[in-house]
Amino acid sequence: MMKKKPEYGLLIDYEYCTGCYACQVACAQEHNWPAGMGGIRVMEIVENLPKDKAYLKFLPVPTELCVLCAARTSKGLKPACVQTCMAACMKYGKIEDLAKEITKSHMVLWAPRA
Amino acid sequence: MSEDVKTVKTTTWSAGPGCHGGCGVIAHIKDGKLIKIEGDPEHPMNRGRLCSRCLAVKQFIYHPDRLRKPLKRVGERGENKWKEIGWDEAFDLIEKKFGDIRDHYGAESVVFSMGTGRDVGAWICMLAYAFGSPNVSFALSGNACYTPRIVASEIVLGDYCIFDGGQWLPKGHDDPRYRVPECIVIWGYNIPASCPDNIFGHWAVDLMKKGAKLITIDPRLTWFASRSDKWLQLRPGTDGALAMGFLNIIIQEGLYDRAFVEKWTNASHLIREDTGKLLRESDVIEGGSKDNFLVWDTGRNGPVIWDVSRVEYRQPDVKPALEGQFTVTLKDGSKIKATTVWEVFRRETAQYPVDKVAKITWLKEDDIIEAARLYARSKPATIQWGLAIDSTPAITPTASAIAALWCITGNLDVPGGNVIARYAYNAVAYALPGAKGVIKLASKDIDEKRIGYQKFGPFRKFIWRSQTDSVMEQIFSGEPYPVKGMWLQCCNLIGGTGYETRKWIEALKKLDFVVVVDLFMTPTAQMADVVLPATSFLEKDSLRSWWVPLQSINKVITVDDCKSDIEINFELAKRFNPNLPWKNIYELFDDILKPSGMTYRELQEKGWSIPPEGNPSAPYLRYEKGLLRQDGKPGFNTNSGKVELYSTLREEWHLEPLPHYEEPPFTPVSRPDLFEKYPLILSTGRRSPVYFLSEHRNIPWLREIDPDPVVEIHPDTALELGIGNGEWVWVENWLGRCKLKAKVAPIVPRWMVMAAHGWWFPEKPGAEPSLYGLWESNINQLMPMGVYGKDGLGTPTKHLLCRVYKADGSSGEVDQKDR
Repeated sequence: MMKKKPEYGLLIDYEYCTGCYACQVACAQEHNWPAGMGGIRVMEIVENLPKDKAYLKFLPVPTELCVLCAARTSKGLKPACVQTCMAACMKYGKIEDLAKEITKSHMVLWAPRA
Repeated sequence: MSEDVKTVKTTTWSAGPGCHGGCGVIAHIKDGKLIKIEGDPEHPMNRGRLCSRCLAVKQFIYHPDRLRKPLKRVGERGENKWKEIGWDEAFDLIEKKFGDIRDHYGAESVVFSMGTGRDVGAWICMLAYAFGSPNVSFALSGNACYTPRIVASEIVLGDYCIFDGGQWLPKGHDDPRYRVPECIVIWGYNIPASCPDNIFGHWAVDLMKKGAKLITIDPRLTWFASRSDKWLQLRPGTDGALAMGFLNIIIQEGLYDRAFVEKWTNASHLIREDTGKLLRESDVIEGGSKDNFLVWDTGRNGPVIWDVSRVEYRQPDVKPALEGQFTVTLKDGSKIKATTVWEVFRRETAQYPVDKVAKITWLKEDDIIEAARLYARSKPATIQWGLAIDSTPAITPTASAIAALWCITGNLDVPGGNVIARYAYNAVAYALPGAKGVIKLASKDIDEKRIGYQKFGPFRKFIWRSQTDSVMEQIFSGEPYPVKGMWLQCCNLIGGTGYETRKWIEALKKLDFVVVVDLFMTPTAQMADVVLPATSFLEKDSLRSWWVPLQSINKVITVDDCKSDIEINFELAKRFNPNLPWKNIYELFDDILKPSGMTYRELQEKGWSIPPEGNPSAPYLRYEKGLLRQDGKPGFNTNSGKVELYSTLREEWHLEPLPHYEEPPFTPVSRPDLFEKYPLILSTGRRSPVYFLSEHRNIPWLREIDPDPVVEIHPDTALELGIGNGEWVWVENWLGRCKLKAKVAPIVPRWMVMAAHGWWFPEKPGAEPSLYGLWESNINQLMPMGVYGKDGLGTPTKHLLCRVYKADGSSGEVDQKDR
């Protein structure tokens, strides 16, 4: 059976994600998730690098619960996570359009749902 | 959006997010309840963005444990036995008990204690002053939060300075008048969502996207540190040495703005080589003023007077010498050698060659040099300094060195530099050091009784608070007068701000009457005789005046019987002073707002207001335009009218007048004996993205993100100690110990651990001995009271010593030579 091709996604410039967790809590507020689950969850990643160096990175990951805020986007609003992002590093849109905006490194294009 | 949902705009402050506020929000209300909150896209601070704590505010406001009625203690303090009473009964009781203390001992015997920067800062002064007490206290040792940096900046240049993120311009950093800094120095400061002191932390991220380079000075691998051109992972407490080292490099390599130094600082003022002090007109002329200074005019080849009352030289066309040795005749005919402030300033900075600085700070020489050059060559460049600067006893000489950096590099009050921060329109509510508003004591005599006033210069000149360690001492000593009562509002002294926790509990138990105003029961509230339920920011009309913009806080909802801090304080203030100048809180708001030309209602309609260019509270280059001084003359609000590289105030207070470095107490260098037993540097106070200090542990959406009190340990250190990630460990020093959860990661250096602070467990029993599990994990048990600088400021929050061992009792050894 053919799976439906996803049309919309989230583009995240994770060079600038500061790990503020606002997106995670915005989603919980928007959809009334109980603590412990939600449509987007932030990961903290400490990378070991050679010569005793390290790098701190954060990455928001849409989960099985992400509905791409269909109720908001149908009214022309941004998804709750995108609107509140403190670093303004998230975008919502058509996947083919967002793909064209990957003009630098450290960006990821999520297709959370079909 | 359905028709029965209305949206209302207001400004964040506290209670709620817990921060220092300022963001614009839109609250969605249905049937009188908040159903959702979001950022206001039109607001200049945050432009539609909103942090985790504010987004979770629904869980805060409607939390089942929220206090909803005044409580009176029944049983002993700490038994957690309470009776609900009405507001009138509560007010009557407080009026009687505090009134009794005032009658028997004097109003000054009641101390009014607050925590971090909230709107209560204005209203607690209103209450204390109406009562007649000058003792408004900020409950942290050495008043070591924000106040010391403000004071140091005011000592050096007469005003406070902050990083210019474009906040004074209507279009922010998109405004044509703004310039993106080529370099931002992040000095002891971290986001995420840590927005203290009227800074929106993520402006720094906006500017990074526009090309600003970073220098991060921080022993921890923060988000900024990873993305910096230079990351200086210095030993905590050595920031003063680094700043002096930077000054030395910048001066030696000629990377300073000599024209600015000559014209706008007191670099050319003469210093007597015999006394080491400033040469004054009264030294050379009979009847001359001791307030006037001398410079050597190279044109006339002789000394001329700098007249501070006119902010100019007595003679025209003076060419002041910056360097040199001169012979000056005193009024008695004798001759002395004199040199310039610039010479003695250079002698001081020359004591910090890069090899010495590297040894002190544990940094590499190349890194120090490259960072100094990057900062000094970037035009403009800005320094964003954080709480870590305050967190050392020698804070004033340290911060003075940093302030000298932005002054001599030409970054003072320029776009994208360090701008002078004043209250918008000079409308002062919460009076930070140096500021004065309409809320004041009845007379100066009363202020002279303030605890710390007699002993410490900055507390007479700039700071309107008691000196915290002296308050504790006085509670025990009763000298020069007893302390008999305390009012704690927005203040979790036990577990939040108070070091040596057991001693503070003992202190509170000595008092006749204790009132706590809060939204939740805390360990502090357990020590109270009366607890009053306050409101969140959405439930009150109030005013936010902190730098810029000037904003109203607009009541949007009501919760039960809770009253706002200002309503509570106003009612009591009226009772204690029937001649209070205002009939209601709106008259008070209007009075505060007079300099803005707006009434409170007008401000509410606007939401916020940014003062226009030309107003003294708006930048840039105000020292050139005569917008800083009362007399309207160009120059600064200092004794000399200049930026004081050599401080006249500190000379007056018999303290070192030049910036310098002092090795702090309790370090591996100052206490090698303690370091043998406690071989790790203990730092505390790092920010969590979801908590503000000791708040929010009971908010589910936030607690799940940062669930446990954590101590960060380097993997190599953990390995030597036999500690695995997620294991509970004891962190211990000579004062006490607490149990924290090991977070093993290379975000701290091998020689340091970072312990999370402000921990207590609202879900655990409140009565003593538990006090919400306070004793289990609260780091304040390891922090000493009474270790402050010579001027009463500072405390060693960031650089104590400890040992760490597994909670099962086995201990390991750290190989010290590997640091």
